[in-house]
Amino acid sequence: MDLKPIAAAPTGAERAAVDALLGPPESGWVGGPRDVAVDGRSAHGGHAARGRRHLLLPALHAVQERVGWISPGALSYVCQRLTVPPADAYGVATFYALLSVEPRPPRVLHVCEDIACRCRGADELIAALEERVGPEGTVAPDGAATWLRSPCLGQCDRAPAALVADAGEGHGETVQAPASLDGLLGALAGGPLAPEPADPLPQQGEPGLRLLRRVGVVDPTSLDDYRAHGGYEALRRAIALGPEGVLREVVDAKVVGRGGAAFPMGRKWEAVARQPARPHYLVCNADESEPGTFKDRALIEGDPFALLEAMTICALATGCERGVVYLRGEYPRAHAVLGAAIEEARARGLLGEDVLGSGLAFDVEIRKGAGAYICGEETAIFESIEGYRGEPRSKPPFPVVEGLFGRPTVVNNVETLVNALEIVRLGGPAYAAIGTEGSTGPKLFCLSGHVARPGVYEVEFGTTLRELLELAGGVPDGRALQAVLLGGAAGGFVRPDELDLRLTFEDARAAGATLGSGVVMAFDDTVDLPRLLLRIAAFFRNESCGQCVPCRVGTVRQQEALARLVRGRPRGGVEAELALVAELGRCMRDASICGLGQTASSAIESAIGRLGVFAAANGGAG
Amino acid sequence: MFGAGGGTSSYREVEETDVILLWGSNARETHPIFFHHVLKGIRNGARLVVVDPRRTSSAQWADLWLGLDVGSDIALANAMAREIVHAGLHNRAFVERATSGFDEYRAAIEPYTLEEGERLTGVPAAAIREAAHAFARADRGMICWTLGITEHHNAVDNVLALIDLGLLCGHVGRWGAGLNPLRGQNNVQGGGDMGAIPNKLPGFQDIERDDEARARFEAAWGCTIPPRYGWHLTSMFDAMERGDLRALYVLGENPAQSEADVHRTRRLLAGLDHLVVQDIVLTRTAELAHVVLPSSASWCESDGTVTNSERRVQRVRAALRPPGDARDDRWILTEIARRLGADWEHDEVEWVWDELRGLSPMHAGMRYDRLEGRGLQWPCPDEEHPGSPFLHGRLWAEPLEGPRVPFSVVHHEGPVEELDDEYPLRLTTGRRLESYNTGVQTNLYRSPLHRGEAICLAPEDAASLGVADGEVVRVSSRRGSVEAPVRIDAALRPGLAFMTLHFPDQVDTNVLTIDATDPRSGTAEFKAAAIRVERLEASGRAAPQLAAAAGD
Repeated sequence: MDLKPIAAAPTGAERAAVDALLGPPESGWVGGPRDVAVDGRSAHGGHAARGRRHLLLPALHAVQERVGWISPGALSYVCQRLTVPPADAYGVATFYALLSVEPRPPRVLHVCEDIACRCRGADELIAALEERVGPEGTVAPDGAATWLRSPCLGQCDRAPAALVADAGEGHGETVQAPASLDGLLGALAGGPLAPEPADPLPQQGEPGLRLLRRVGVVDPTSLDDYRAHGGYEALRRAIALGPEGVLREVVDAKVVGRGGAAFPMGRKWEAVARQPARPHYLVCNADESEPGTFKDRALIEGDPFALLEAMTICALATGCERGVVYLRGEYPRAHAVLGAAIEEARARGLLGEDVLGSGLAFDVEIRKGAGAYICGEETAIFESIEGYRGEPRSKPPFPVVEGLFGRPTVVNNVETLVNALEIVRLGGPAYAAIGTEGSTGPKLFCLSGHVARPGVYEVEFGTTLRELLELAGGVPDGRALQAVLLGGAAGGFVRPDELDLRLTFEDARAAGATLGSGVVMAFDDTVDLPRLLLRIAAFFRNESCGQCVPCRVGTVRQQEALARLVRGRPRGGVEAELALVAELGRCMRDASICGLGQTASSAIESAIGRLGVFAAANGGAG
Repeated sequence: MFGAGGGTSSYREVEETDVILLWGSNARETHPIFFHHVLKGIRNGARLVVVDPRRTSSAQWADLWLGLDVGSDIALANAMAREIVHAGLHNRAFVERATSGFDEYRAAIEPYTLEEGERLTGVPAAAIREAAHAFARADRGMICWTLGITEHHNAVDNVLALIDLGLLCGHVGRWGAGLNPLRGQNNVQGGGDMGAIPNKLPGFQDIERDDEARARFEAAWGCTIPPRYGWHLTSMFDAMERGDLRALYVLGENPAQSEADVHRTRRLLAGLDHLVVQDIVLTRTAELAHVVLPSSASWCESDGTVTNSERRVQRVRAALRPPGDARDDRWILTEIARRLGADWEHDEVEWVWDELRGLSPMHAGMRYDRLEGRGLQWPCPDEEHPGSPFLHGRLWAEPLEGPRVPFSVVHHEGPVEELDDEYPLRLTTGRRLESYNTGVQTNLYRSPLHRGEAICLAPEDAASLGVADGEVVRVSSRRGSVEAPVRIDAALRPGLAFMTLHFPDQVDTNVLTIDATDPRSGTAEFKAAAIRVERLEASGRAAPQLAAAAGD
């Protein structure tokens, strides 16, 4: 808080961008014109000023969107406005991939280089861009555009993907998926962008769907259409049940979180409901960044009111007055659709001071992420919302005791929350009858890679992996399946002879696998698995927040070892390198603060142990 | 307070209070350890109100900053008090049960309306009102101050005005509520406790008035103690001027650079028949001395105790042997006594402590081994007593224990030196985080934080004088001139200038300051001088030369 201002002034556009968010400055002490008669005699600040710290990331977004990068002058102005030391704010600005403190042209193409897109031509696309334009960061001749490599953009069902970010007056982001070389070259030349295509929804309109029932069926901009398809019936029922009644149903439903950690949702809700400290917060984790995951995007884009209704039920049950949807910065359509839905729900009294005349006060706002995988971690998300670097907190205290702004907080993934509608609609015991004893309810899986019909699929727990792959049309072009990545980069590989694995938490655990966030990525026999592993290692190296040593150093060492193996120049032999990878994995698993480090080696180790990758090179059995 | 010279509260209390009124103190920089406790308090939800002419780094933490004119503290305190009384926010129960003189006080503050307060202090009436209400409405309120209050010609009145404010709201004698002068060093409190002040024996026992205490000391020391107050530092210099004081023994002080109007100070020191300086480094004062006694660094080369601002007595232990011929202060004093013919022994430090315990009732319970660990806070009258986290709890006892505490009537009186056309700028002096007093210790090493001395000017004043940042200018008061580079500082409003005393070898700031002194505290008005700033002739005297000097 000791401000050491930097001697740089904002431009008019930068000032305007910040003022549009924060309003005009109240005094000369916070960036306004100095009026010594007033400013020389008194100043307000303190708690009120520091209480606006959470606006730091939105303010940085505002500058980035308006100008294309965050100059020292802009950073200085944001800091004055919010009473944040510039060095501190610089640490925040440089934490996020979508923000830049170096000059960037107004148009930036973020081209996905991650594993799902690689199955669908990302390598070739990037190679062509490098040849035709130059390496990433090369600015187009007219200075108006550049391209950068990007981690998974969550568009794996329409790979390969790119996100075009345009700064300036009419700023905005546009998804290009599937992206073509000609399209990207045109975009780099300042040409018009292709409209974002609709999501492929393979099961659209099929009977028996629960979570996806309305997706692709209803008009996501129409509250009336949502109501016509059963919307807000669950909330009415929840109000009739009352908070205790809702909690009972959720506990009876035996539902667990769908974000990857599989924590019982009822226990989490009850714990927050019982906390005497006020206020309570609800954070909806929509920072869907696990490579190969795009189900939450599909839900929000296709059925935004369902999420709002589910959040309102959660608020009712747990005593939350304020909800925050922390939404991936790379999801422009979801942002627009959900933002419009919130406005609409507010206008119709479904959010606000007195929801449905029940006396419940609850409102929701969207906080936009800025390109950081770690912010999906359940405490890093709080740090990010509060305006700090998205570094996970040590637990305990757990979020249900001290979460957002130090208050009891429910943090649930989008899919998890949406299940609340079915739970309230059916009743807890009836919901628990879906699926298996240990894994109740419906589940969304994101199928991508080498499958004929990629997309989000809803099945009941207990469906086998084989059935799911068949649902998606199997491996196309008559190729053979080489491996399936289950659970995303933080998950693990399974072999083609393990496809009878029942997709439940308990079966996955017994098989030494994980369902993670529901990623099912298939790879045919053309895929160079060692290079794929190297990409996974690079992903974790880039996304490690750097806070704790095991992860900060371990992810680097892991990538280096894999790079040597892939190049065919292992140090001390393949066995020694594999032993090193195993030891690094153990260290990160045992000693990292959060799940990122703890799982940064799991896919790689499963490929080595389960698939025998690198074993062939060592002369062993393949 | 109210007789005993110590802050009323523990550091912990500032972490658990509701409103902190930080008055005339840039504790963020000058009391950084104490400010950590303030920061904890802020984190726990406490509101911070800072009163300071400059918007300091402490003020940047504040919920409300009041930028008063230098020397208008009493007007501000009285205006706040009047507002509190008129809003019915004063603590009637406390005022009635534990204080005296309220009616006279209320009558005296009546003229200090918010509008009059604004006229006298420059602080907007609304801001005065806001501060008054915040302090009075707080369940627990605390006033902390330092030299911005005491380095004035009416220092004692300033303090009394703040005490009045605390009494008015009942913010004293309770956990989290108190009146606290912050001490500048780890053992300033200890020095006063041990009687190193002209009017008190160890344990704040009055030399003139407390015959019983004097008799106890006489019996223990085998001598007669004249029932007369001694001289404080400022009166010593007056006595030198008169020729009454001819020899001086200086321990760990550097008056040749720290006193106001140093030209005069140095002339008087140089004119003494005999000057002895005992210090760990050869200070400018030591350079004037007939005898220099190199002593040990008490924080690492001596055994004994120190007492901090919260009256906590703590052990210190020698970790190193003093270098060369340097000796422990206690050894030197004992040896001088012996050579003067006294039969002093070179005692164990614990014996010295036990003598204090026998003579100072407030230390009586502090057996030496009880000081291990976290130490003890005085008063601690017997060996079962756990020490006193805060003072004056008696004021809340039922029935009241001891005498009532009087309100004091004090009135606004601006600085001695008024501004005029010849000397139109108000110079106030202070300290910075990275330096310590005259730099005797902190300028011994190079540090990138030591930027050297400068005259800080408001951007508007620099513009109207036509001076640039870094440009060397002549700064003059009625007592002398110095040359210093300009540093443009937006924390200042037009008309206000700021300097420190940290680099006297580069810029002798105390050439400018006025030695108008409060006769009761002996403190000079370092905080308010009238100066003018002039450009040097365009002779090419540039900043780089001073920048080079700055790091030395």
